[in-house]
Parts: sequence; structure tokens; C-alpha cells
Amino acid sequence: MILIHCPYCDEKRAELEFAYAGQAHIARPLDPSALSDEEWETYLFIRNNPRGRHHERWRHIHGCGRFFNAVRDTVTDKFETTYKAGEPRK
Amino acid sequence: MTGYRLPTGGRINRAAQVTFSFDGSSFVGFEGDTLASALLASGVQLFGRSFKYHRPRGLVGSGSEEPNALISVSRGPGRFTPNLRATNVDLYQGMEATSQNRWPSLKFDFGAINDRLGMFFPAGFYNKTFMWPRSFWEKLYEPAIRRMAGLGQAPTEVDPDHYAATYAHCDVLIIGAGPAGIDAALEAAATNKRIILIDEQDELGGGALSDPALWPWLDRSLKALAASPNVTVLTRTTAFGYFHDNFIGAVERLTDHLASMPDGPREKLWRIRATEVILAQGAIERPLVFDGNDTPGVMLASAAKVFALRYGVAVGQSVALMASHDSGWNDAFALAGAGVGIAAIIDVRDIVDEALLAKANALGIEVRLGHSVIGVRGRLGVKGITVARNDGTAASDITCDALLMAGGWTPTVHLWSHSKGSLAWREDLGAFVPDVPNENVRCVGACAGTWNFGAGVVVDVLPTPKDPARLKAFVDFQNDVTAKDIKLAVREGFRSIEHIKRYTTNGMATDQGKTSNLNGLQIASTALNKPVTDIGLTTFRPPYTPQTFGALAGHAKGALFQPTRKTNIDSWAEEQGAVFELVAQWRRARYFPKAGEDMLAAVNRECRMVRSSVGIFDASTLGKIEVVGPDAAEFLNRMYTNPWKALEPGRCRYGLLLKEDGFITDDGVSARLAPDRFHLTTTTGGAARVLNLMEDYLQTEWPDLNLWLTSTSEHYAVIALQGPNARKVLEPLVEGIDLSAEAFPHMAIREGTICGIPTRLFRVSFTGELGYEINVPSAYGRTLWERIMAEGARYDITPYGTETMHVLRAEKGFIIVGQDTDGTVTPFDAGLDWAVGKKKADFVGKRSLARPDIVAPGRKQLVGLLTDDPSIVLEEGAQIVADPNQPVPMKMIGHVTSSYWSETLGRSIAMALVEGGHSKMGQDIFVPMPGKTHVAKVSSMVFYDAEGARLNV
Repeated sequence: MILIHCPYCDEKRAELEFAYAGQAHIARPLDPSALSDEEWETYLFIRNNPRGRHHERWRHIHGCGRFFNAVRDTVTDKFETTYKAGEPRK
Repeated sequence: MTGYRLPTGGRINRAAQVTFSFDGSSFVGFEGDTLASALLASGVQLFGRSFKYHRPRGLVGSGSEEPNALISVSRGPGRFTPNLRATNVDLYQGMEATSQNRWPSLKFDFGAINDRLGMFFPAGFYNKTFMWPRSFWEKLYEPAIRRMAGLGQAPTEVDPDHYAATYAHCDVLIIGAGPAGIDAALEAAATNKRIILIDEQDELGGGALSDPALWPWLDRSLKALAASPNVTVLTRTTAFGYFHDNFIGAVERLTDHLASMPDGPREKLWRIRATEVILAQGAIERPLVFDGNDTPGVMLASAAKVFALRYGVAVGQSVALMASHDSGWNDAFALAGAGVGIAAIIDVRDIVDEALLAKANALGIEVRLGHSVIGVRGRLGVKGITVARNDGTAASDITCDALLMAGGWTPTVHLWSHSKGSLAWREDLGAFVPDVPNENVRCVGACAGTWNFGAGVVVDVLPTPKDPARLKAFVDFQNDVTAKDIKLAVREGFRSIEHIKRYTTNGMATDQGKTSNLNGLQIASTALNKPVTDIGLTTFRPPYTPQTFGALAGHAKGALFQPTRKTNIDSWAEEQGAVFELVAQWRRARYFPKAGEDMLAAVNRECRMVRSSVGIFDASTLGKIEVVGPDAAEFLNRMYTNPWKALEPGRCRYGLLLKEDGFITDDGVSARLAPDRFHLTTTTGGAARVLNLMEDYLQTEWPDLNLWLTSTSEHYAVIALQGPNARKVLEPLVEGIDLSAEAFPHMAIREGTICGIPTRLFRVSFTGELGYEINVPSAYGRTLWERIMAEGARYDITPYGTETMHVLRAEKGFIIVGQDTDGTVTPFDAGLDWAVGKKKADFVGKRSLARPDIVAPGRKQLVGLLTDDPSIVLEEGAQIVADPNQPVPMKMIGHVTSSYWSETLGRSIAMALVEGGHSKMGQDIFVPMPGKTHVAKVSSMVFYDAEGARLNV
């Protein structure tokens, strides 16, 4: 079971306290109605599937409840870093 | 006569005799014996029958690597454990053990006919033979194979034992307490680190236990460890898996070795998180591959040494050794020193260390260098061997009653591999050793490939003049895989070891190839004429040895498998004899049968009473979220499909929640209590999901909005009072709220007290009748319920359950998210256009409602169905077709989502998702069901009181 560092609690806690929440840094468009079907499709459905570094969101659902961002290597399943939502991409 | 107890020696307690039974016969062993050592000492050589050919099998090893001696232990009802390795079973007084996979008896096994027919059972036999006809699989092939092939019987009774689990944290976790592990523990003990030392055996020492010269060191070391307060020692504990971030799963066996069962758990699952892990798991000796190497009495040299020096048991009176490695010679010398007769030492090598030869000479042991065993005499036990020069000449017989194999050593890298550490091939050892770690872990001792066992050569199959096609030279004893099978797999085109493994089943038995993987790899390497490193090694996966389901499940079984959530009113329903159903994790009353009533009769009565007088329903399980803050209305306006900002305090609104893909995910009625405060309700099963969705948007998309969300689902008990007499029942109980239709209209909320209890009183209806939902603090739920029941008695107030609730709402065409929708239904599909704010610039999911697929014609739409025969209640989930006469398979155009008998209407009603349903009003569709195809007309979903007259009273 992986240990995950929650950037809000500043604690490494067991994976079962957390929930995965998909790819990170996909901002909801400010005016969705202005988007073409293709642009909306990209926002809604198109996701990366990298072999290696992956930016993703997690929620400390059984802890502080906050969503945060993480960089995890999909090959080794190791977390490189975690950081608060709203901070620049790492 | 074969094995026997040596007059002296071993770590057994000869003063304490232990009586036990094996296959019904009584035996005597000593305290400190394993089942294997005690049986061996009693002359037993035959321990089991092999999986496929039912060949007689004896002990090969002395520990967890044992592939053959799988037995069952029974200790009373429900306490039956199959597939235990006799070498790992600590003996206790009165033990009842039985052999497996034989009928009618171990010595005469009918299934052994498979062995005579062995030529018909090559590698891939199952894949090749039982391919067709397909229907034969279920009725003939599979049952027959299951009867013939197999290991122990599965237990048939419920396990009465319980199993504990614990977490542990330490600085250093040492797995394996042989000399290397104990040294590492002593070194770490001198620091102030917290240390856990675990070993799967009943006592610490590992290999030192079969080396009396090390016993004084062992005693001193164990005393030192015992005196170290920072060291925790766990024996009879198997580390079965190594997971991320130095998380190790281990099972401690607490009672299986005890003659009488104490109170307390049978096993304990340890979940250990360690800063550093030291693996000291040792190495396992490799068998040699030659014709007849599976005859009972052929075993690993190291195992024979363990039996002699740890348990005081000679494996035979005249023991021969077949070696390709120096270690076997030293084991033979140790046996000789313990008084075991050594018949001969045969070594495949032409040249061995002079010191070994000199010692053999001094002990008077016959030595044959450059020779190999080419045959074994005896079927149920070794009677002798045939040896020949490696060129096949000079065959001669040697009489012996046991044959030892010394084929070199395989480091036990299982846990290292679980941790994703890489392996390096050592040509000199013919084995993989740990290379680059992936965690904070290191290997010490033999599992790192460092040992003082001497040198050897790697031989895939011993040289023989015999026809290779007729050899019964086993690689995997447990799964009956021979060298011939692996070569056949290569001839048939298999190149990857992963494929060869699956085709031949080499290494796929319960021992996971502890003795067979490397030999299989060497044989494949030779056959393919490629280096081992090009073929690869199969993956090691947890568990290291099989573990009980009980240990892994712990207390999470039966009623404790998952929590059952109960409302404050649940106990009342139980006392009334309600029939319950589970909704998500909630236990909800489904109906309240009176004497003699079945479900339909009870539901019909409940429905009649709600429509004609008043019914009472426990709605406490509804999800509830308190939304508070200056931006609460703005937030809800962005989340829900309909407008929220203009909702006046004191009013309620039906909210429809989509996901960003435009599909309905939840719904519920919510109330505005104050400009900055809303009381949201969600579906029973959707509460956590909705809160998570809302938190996601609040935290990550709109962090500028000032509000907060609080789950209040369990803070309120909710009593729904529904029916034309609802107001009359409520009036005498409520203080501070004007219940008149003018002052308190439908879809409004008022705060006040009821029976002195503070309440949020909703006027809402999920039945189509005049209705209220009374929210009070949870702890008052049952008290209030009983007060209302008393007040309502003069109106014959009737408690109703979820089934009646479903019928009443279906009569009104109210959907249940998750039943009438399935994650592909838009508001338009569900006929909920009215709930979508056309003028709103944005809300979650709005843009998707204009996606090409969403606006395309032919989508499945929710409609009502009325069967031509009003007595027919369609099956929920039944498929719908447009033309019942088309050939099978028919084109299905939808399915029935809800279907009930409506007592109110005196006929059946149904809801269905149908392609283009909204444009099919009045048309016939067809529902094929078992026995008959039913005709139904597409209709509106509102079957009762379409104008809503009953609400506005």
C-alpha cells in the first residue's frame, strides 16, 4: 500500500485514506458554450496515458477532504511529488 | 524399512511423546517434530499422490519448498485445512492428518491409471483434447477432470475460528531468522531502532537448527535478542507479500500447533510498515532432473540433513547421493557423522575438490565421479539405483533405500521480486540474485547469493543413455511436469518462459515453482539454444506460501463484512415484523406484512391507505447536505440544471444534477432556509457521490466562491407523512407553524417544533398526495414516529415501506435515479426538460446537452408502458422489441426499468427506456418474456392525477 503525502496535512498517510480523481491540470472552460464540439470533446474525454510521469489529482477523502495534485510514475507507481490545487504544474 | 529415528541427536524433546494419526493409523512422534519428521521416523515414505498422473510421492524437502507432501489436517467441525505441507505442520498430541488426491487409499490409488496412460497426457493436453464439442465441457470434461485431478478437498463447513489483524511499524524489519538474519538483528539491536524479526518456523535459527556446532552461538544470540527491548520476535509467521513503500503482509499462526484450542484468534494478519527491510530468506536447494527422480525416497540432500540433525531422523538405512554441487557431499558427511549409512556418492562432475574426496575416502564412502543416476528401482519407495558414466557406459546397480539430490542452490528472491527489485543472472550459480532495489531493502546471506556451500555445476538434465522420449524425469513435482513436456512446448513453438510456463503448467502449483522454476528455465534455455537471460524469469507474486482466506478476511465476514446502516426508526420497524431490504448500506423496511399477507397483499393495502387516508414512511436514509455561505445560491445555480438564485427562503425546489457529460447523476428536493443557507437532499445511495462531486467543483474550479458543504445525512431522522389526512394528523402536534394550505403551500419549508422537538418541516410529496417530510434530530426519530402513530390511529395511519413508496411514485411518473436512469440518460431522455433552465448561461453538464450524440434522433427515452392485458406485470429489465416476428437474435430497442401492480389503478404499470420513445406514444411495442411475448402501448409516465389536484389541497 502506497504512502501518499498530503500537501495540506503535510503528512504521509496510507493510500486507503485517499481517492484517485483523474488527470490533473484540466481546467473547466470558463465559457463552455463558446467551445466547438471538438474542443468540448477534448476537455471532456481526451486524457493522457503516459508511460512514466503522470500529473493526476487525488483527494484526501478520509482525512482533510482536500483535492490536490501529484506527479506519479506509472511504471514504478512511485510518487515524485504532491502539491496543492492551484499551484503551478510540477 | 526406510526412515527411522536415530538413537540420539536433534532438537526434539525425546521425553515428550506425541501420539497422532495419519490416514487413520496411529503413530508416535516427539515434541518438536513436524508431521513430516515424525512420519519419516516411523518408516512412512509415501506421503501423497501427484496431481495429474497420481504417481506415488514422498518428501522432497524439509520446509516451505516441499512440493509433494501435501496433507489435510482435521480438528473438528469446520476446522479442516487441506494442502498443508507436512514439513511445515508442527506436531501436536491427537493430530488427525490425512493424505490427499488418492482413492481408495494412498498405496492403491485408482487414479494411478493416468500414469500408465501418461503418453496420452503431454504438455498442453487439456488445451488440445477438450476443445470440442463445447457443450461437453460443462457436463463431461470439467466434472471428470475435477474428480481425477486435484489437491485436497475444500472445507464444506463454516470456519468457527476467528482471525485477528494488526498494524505494526518499525525501523528495521528482518525477514528470516537464520544465521544471516540473526546477525542482522543483533547488529540493529545495538542501536535504538525498533526492530521486528520474523520467521516462518516454530523456532529461530533457520539453517543453524540443523548444524549442532552452531547451537551454542544460537543460544547466545537468542538470549541477546530476548534481552533487547527494542526487538520484537515473531515465530510461526510467514511474510507472504511485499507491497509498496515497505509494506509487508505477514500471517502469524497462533493455534494450529496446539493440542487444545485456546480462546482467541487462530491466526493474526500483521500489516507491517518498515523504514528498512532486510531479507534473509536463505536459499532452496535444487533437485536434479533424471528418470525416476520422483520416486518416494528421492529427496534434497539438505532436507535429509535437516531431518537427521534437527529432528534426529535418518531418511534411510543406506543412502546414496547424486550431486552436481559440493554442498551435497558435506550433507552426506554430516549424515554419516550422525550414524546414517551412506551407500555411495555419485557426482556428475569429473573433478571435485580433493578435500571432499579425502573425507569420503576417510569415511569409507564409495565415490563415482563423472557418473549420473539413470534409473531408480522401486515404485512406492527407493530400492536401488542404476548409475552410468556420463557417456552412458558402465551402467551398474547400487542398492540403497534413499537417494539424495544436490543440484545447487536457488536464492529465495520471492519477496525481493514482489518489491520490484531487479534480478541479475549469475552463470556460476545458475541462479538469479538480487540486483537493484526498488525500495529501502537489502538482502543478506544466502538469498543474496553469498554462501559457503562450496561450488558446483549447473546441469539441466543428467546425462543418460535412455531414450529421452521415454524418460520420467520430473521438473515440477507438484504439477507433474517433466523435462520432456518442456522440450515439447519448445518444439511446438513456445519461446517465452511465460508461455512455456502456462502451456506446461511448470511452476504454477501451490508451491509456485520453488524447486522447479530454475530447472525449467535451464531446460528451455538448452532446448531453445539461447542464454537463460534471453528467455526471462517468470514473475513472482504474493503469497510466498498459500495463506488462509480467514487470515486475509479477518473480522470482515458475516455481519461484519460491511456495516449495516440503520435509522433511529429501524428498531420500531423490526419490532413490527417489517421485511427489510438493503439500499446501498442502509437497511430499509420494504413492507410491513400483517398476518397472512404476502408482499403483494401488504403493498396493495399500504398503497390503498396512503391514497385514501394517511401513510407514514421512514425517509431518514435520504442524503442531506447543508450548503451555507454568501455564495451558496450561486454555487447551486452552477451545479444544478435549474435556476436557484431567485428561490425565496422558505421554498423548496426539485434539483436535477448532471455530470459534465450531460447525464443524470442524482436528484432531490432542496430547500432554502435563509438567503445564505440551503438544505439539500440527495438519493439514498448518491449522498457521498454528490458531496464528492460538489466538493470537487468548489475546491478546484470555483475556489473563489464563499460557502461550505457539510454532510448532514445522519443528523436528521426524516418521517414522511403522506395522504389526504396528513395535515389532520400533524396539526395537533406542531407548534409555531401554520399548516394551512395558504400559509404553507406545496414545495415549502417551515421551521418550528413538533412534540417539542425542533423540526425542519418540508411540504413535499413523492406519492402525489398531500405530504410532509418531517426532519428532526436523529435521536428523536423513533419517539416522534410513535407519537405520530398514536395521533394518526384515528385515521388508521399505516406504515409503509420502500416497495409501496416505489409503486406510488411510479403511478405519478417520478423517476428513481439509478433505476430508471443508468448513466446514459439526459434530462430530455427522461422527460425532465422542465427541470432544465433554458435561460441559464451555464451549469454542470449544459454544454454536453448540445453534443452531437445527445441531440441525435433515436436516443432511448423514458416512457410509460401499459400492457394490453392489464393483469400482466412485466419483468423489470425485460427487453423490448418493435417486431416480435423477426428472427432471433432480435433487435432490442429498449428495456423495462420499473414495473408494478398498481392497486390504485387496478392494473399493471411500467416505465421503460425505448428508442425514440417520446415519438411512439400510443404505439404497440413487444416484450418477450419466458413463455409469452406481451404487447404493451407506449404512454405518458404519469398514470395518476396528471393535473396534480391531490397535491394542492
